[in-house]
Amino acid sequence: MSFISNMKKDRDIMLKKIGINSVEDLFKDVPADKRFPEVKMVPPLSEPEILLELSKLSAKNASAECYDWFLGGGIYNHFVPSVISAITSRGEFLTAYTPYQPEVSQGTLEAIFEYQTMISELTGMEVVNASHYDGATALAEAAIMSVRSTRKRNKVVIAPGLHPEYLEVIKTYFQGLDIELSTGDIDDKTAGYIVQNPTFTGEIIDVNAEAQKAHDQGALLIVHTDPMALGVLEAPGNCGADIVTAEGQCLGVGMNFGGPCLGIFATTAKHIRKMPGRIIGETIDECGSKGCVLTFAAREQHIRREKATSNICSNQGLAALSAAIYLAAVGKSGFRKVAELCWHKAHYAAEEIGKIDGYSVATKGNFFKEFLIKTPVPAEEIFAKLQDKYIMAGLPLSRFKDGKADEMLICVTEINSRKQIDHLVSALKEVAL
Amino acid sequence: MNIDKNAKYNTTHEWVREEGDLLVYGISDYAQEKIGEVVFVELPEEEEFQKGDSFSVVESVKSANDLYIPVSGEVVEVNEALEDDPDLVNSDAFGDGWICKIKPSDKSELDELLSAADYEKLISELE
Amino acid sequence: MSNLWKISGEGRSAVYLPGLDVPETAIPEKIKRKEEPNLPEVAELDLVRHYTNLSRKNFSIDTHFYPLGSCTMKYNPKVNEVTASLPGFRNAHPYQSDKLSQGAIELLYNLQDQLTAISGFEATSLQPAAGAQGELTGILMIRAYHEEKGELETRRKILIPDSAHGTNPATAAMAGFKAVEIPSDSHGNIDLVALKSECDETLAGIMITNPNTLGLFEENILEVIGAVHDCGGLVYGDGANFNAIMGIVKPGELGFDVMHYNIHKTFTGPHGGGGPGAGPVSAGVKLKDYLPGPVAVKDNDGFHLRQPVKTIGRMKLFYGNFGILVRGYTYISMLGAEGLKDVTENAVLNANYMKALVADKYPAAYDRGCMHEFVCRGDIAEGIHTLDIAKRLIDYGFHPPTIYFPLIVPEAMMIEPTETESRETIEAFAAALNAIADEAVNAPELLHNAPKSTSLKRLDEAGAVKNPVLRY
Repeated sequence: MSFISNMKKDRDIMLKKIGINSVEDLFKDVPADKRFPEVKMVPPLSEPEILLELSKLSAKNASAECYDWFLGGGIYNHFVPSVISAITSRGEFLTAYTPYQPEVSQGTLEAIFEYQTMISELTGMEVVNASHYDGATALAEAAIMSVRSTRKRNKVVIAPGLHPEYLEVIKTYFQGLDIELSTGDIDDKTAGYIVQNPTFTGEIIDVNAEAQKAHDQGALLIVHTDPMALGVLEAPGNCGADIVTAEGQCLGVGMNFGGPCLGIFATTAKHIRKMPGRIIGETIDECGSKGCVLTFAAREQHIRREKATSNICSNQGLAALSAAIYLAAVGKSGFRKVAELCWHKAHYAAEEIGKIDGYSVATKGNFFKEFLIKTPVPAEEIFAKLQDKYIMAGLPLSRFKDGKADEMLICVTEINSRKQIDHLVSALKEVAL
Repeated sequence: MNIDKNAKYNTTHEWVREEGDLLVYGISDYAQEKIGEVVFVELPEEEEFQKGDSFSVVESVKSANDLYIPVSGEVVEVNEALEDDPDLVNSDAFGDGWICKIKPSDKSELDELLSAADYEKLISELE
Repeated sequence: MSNLWKISGEGRSAVYLPGLDVPETAIPEKIKRKEEPNLPEVAELDLVRHYTNLSRKNFSIDTHFYPLGSCTMKYNPKVNEVTASLPGFRNAHPYQSDKLSQGAIELLYNLQDQLTAISGFEATSLQPAAGAQGELTGILMIRAYHEEKGELETRRKILIPDSAHGTNPATAAMAGFKAVEIPSDSHGNIDLVALKSECDETLAGIMITNPNTLGLFEENILEVIGAVHDCGGLVYGDGANFNAIMGIVKPGELGFDVMHYNIHKTFTGPHGGGGPGAGPVSAGVKLKDYLPGPVAVKDNDGFHLRQPVKTIGRMKLFYGNFGILVRGYTYISMLGAEGLKDVTENAVLNANYMKALVADKYPAAYDRGCMHEFVCRGDIAEGIHTLDIAKRLIDYGFHPPTIYFPLIVPEAMMIEPTETESRETIEAFAAALNAIADEAVNAPELLHNAPKSTSLKRLDEAGAVKNPVLRY
């Protein structure tokens, strides 16, 4: 079952036109003793068989619709409107290629142009690219961009509060490059200063103050944010950010066991030529009609090769489309409402959990959708026990290298009802007894 | 195809003209024709360059071309008109399309460059 | 261009949200957003109409023949969409614990095995998000290998054929290496003399696409790999053209040390207008411990996610573009080894048939049998450029092939039909190309003014850069 239409009759006609006797003759350039090796694989499955096998595998996984969900930490259980898959599953979007031929790709181009506009509005930044693989790689590329944009500086400073695995990805990307990664003070060797807001543990920081710190030393401020938070928090672009990155998964992309995600990347007009990734621009055709094209291609790998801003080619096109549809679907007031629901529900949950004997809320100050709690028994134990009650509790931080056994990151989104939150609270109480 | 007889040339198609104490740089008519419509010129900062360093990039829609400094020196002036009208490089490569002026550190490097006649020969061989 | 803001109306929305059922907590004025982002306000009907009509402006595999060389625009089976949407895959969280993710991890484990089997390597990581990321992964692994041996200071060169995709030299630079270009010879192979002159103790490795971007199998592949290995370098394989060799030869057996795949090319991950992709990497004995992770492993008590011993680290968060990997797994499971070989045989046959049908008007750039794609030139008549041919093909109802790549063939057109196209489709495309060749001589203005049939004509790309408008 190979989705091939041509039958033997067709192949015979084709072989005759080419002037060879058999298909084997097509491979004579392959070293003879390596040709046609044995490939050991499980025998092929029919469509009903593969659907059954995968349904069984799927059933072995926990999935969000079966649990009261309080697990976040970088991937979030936000509502995904049905209208998104109805549109993204259309073959014209799903099976189209990168829009290199603009006359026949205006659907993709206009949709992503709208995405760029919406993200520009959310972040307060002038220029948005057509996406990176995920928030972490977007941030790594932002760090590299800051070094490329500032003359004679090769240090990137990271503020506390960055997701520990994001730091790992940045380190991977820096492996082959002559860039110093530091958690110390910003100085005149610093090209970029990275802050995550809200932080990994949900705290909201003063971005204006951080911008001041960076700019006083001539460094660029890179803000990594949660797009959902921008429904209630000020846009980083209005607080002095030079580059903004985010994980856009929460905007209608779904959890998908961690991928595909959506790397959001935005910057100021001044830095556009140093920005990696595809960009879509508006222009006119020979008759004066407006249309969109991929533009500023001279930054990219297919033109600049080893001097390119990045090696990135494929982006997360369909995920960006999903995000655009999400933002259009919830709309101006809906976007604020979703963020406010997250805000109020998370604060309610924190308040109630704080009242339980043995538990305390460790997050100081304001927070958005996630907060850290201290647990009376190891968080891993709580996590496992609550799964039996079909509650997916918060993330035990002992999962990470420097995380403590009694720390748990609770996430509350617009999906969590009061009943679910109260159920979590009573389950937490019970498991501590 | 224009050739400025008063200029000297790099094998990479940059031209150099003396203007008092300074040297003026640009790209040749041959180069601009090959590049096509220029959409952007990355103008150098005021700093020192050694002969052979990349000091500018001339960008078309489909290409980005590094320019290599023909004679070492410090950039003292850039052609800001190119910010709004990069296609001056196309319309007047040897005149209004000039890119920058430098104070040379070693004028003897001029002798290493091609004369107008030699450059003309070079490009006719390339065709 | 219509846009969502033009059809917006105050207060409209397309999502019905639950109400607030908990007490409010005041949002401090100091941190509260002063001005709402200007997002559209539309009801669901207008939203759906807007996007449905937008989609109809696209060419796509589902609507048109799309012979883009090196992109492998084969049919994306609909069963993939069903399996990728299964709730245990779509609604699973990567941190929900191994115990509650056994199905997902088993899928990853099986897919790792499938890829390792078809390519002849030792181990596979599914983490890289796309081909370019897979390339960076492979080169960073080579870097780690040399670093461990204490030779990284001397080995600073990566050799890259002049026919290579732009991502290759860009990748080498991102890994801190110097990209050194190796010319191709008159047969379309890597120039052996030039190659051997660079094979010394400063060589870290070589990046080879085989078959290359000319659609040609490297005739001296064993000698090339041997020369690089002999001086201590390693061999990276760019698997973009993997559709040409499945079941025909195993890169691991030819001597490649590491290779990436494009799930969104060879294994029917949908292209989605430019992504998401998935770029898993397989490695041989020398490099397998450096793979990025976590990867899926199998223990006595089930499946787990674990970092390889000497991993180069995480290329991105979590385990890969799982949603795309499910589709690849579905496809490979339905085909099996025989099916994949069938795919390659038909892909190569289709390309050679196409090549033969247009040979008179568009002779191939190299006089050799091609693999799954071939390169010819579009400057077939006075004043005609490849761009003109490409735009005129649109009027005939076809998406143009890849143009102006590879760079070593002037006015290049790279045509890859893929195995899922019928003989009739191939003949129709060839007939169109041949008709355009006649037009090029007898009525060239039809080419210069193409496309005529689309609502937009040729767009001013220079203007888009000079006067950038990057949002509404």
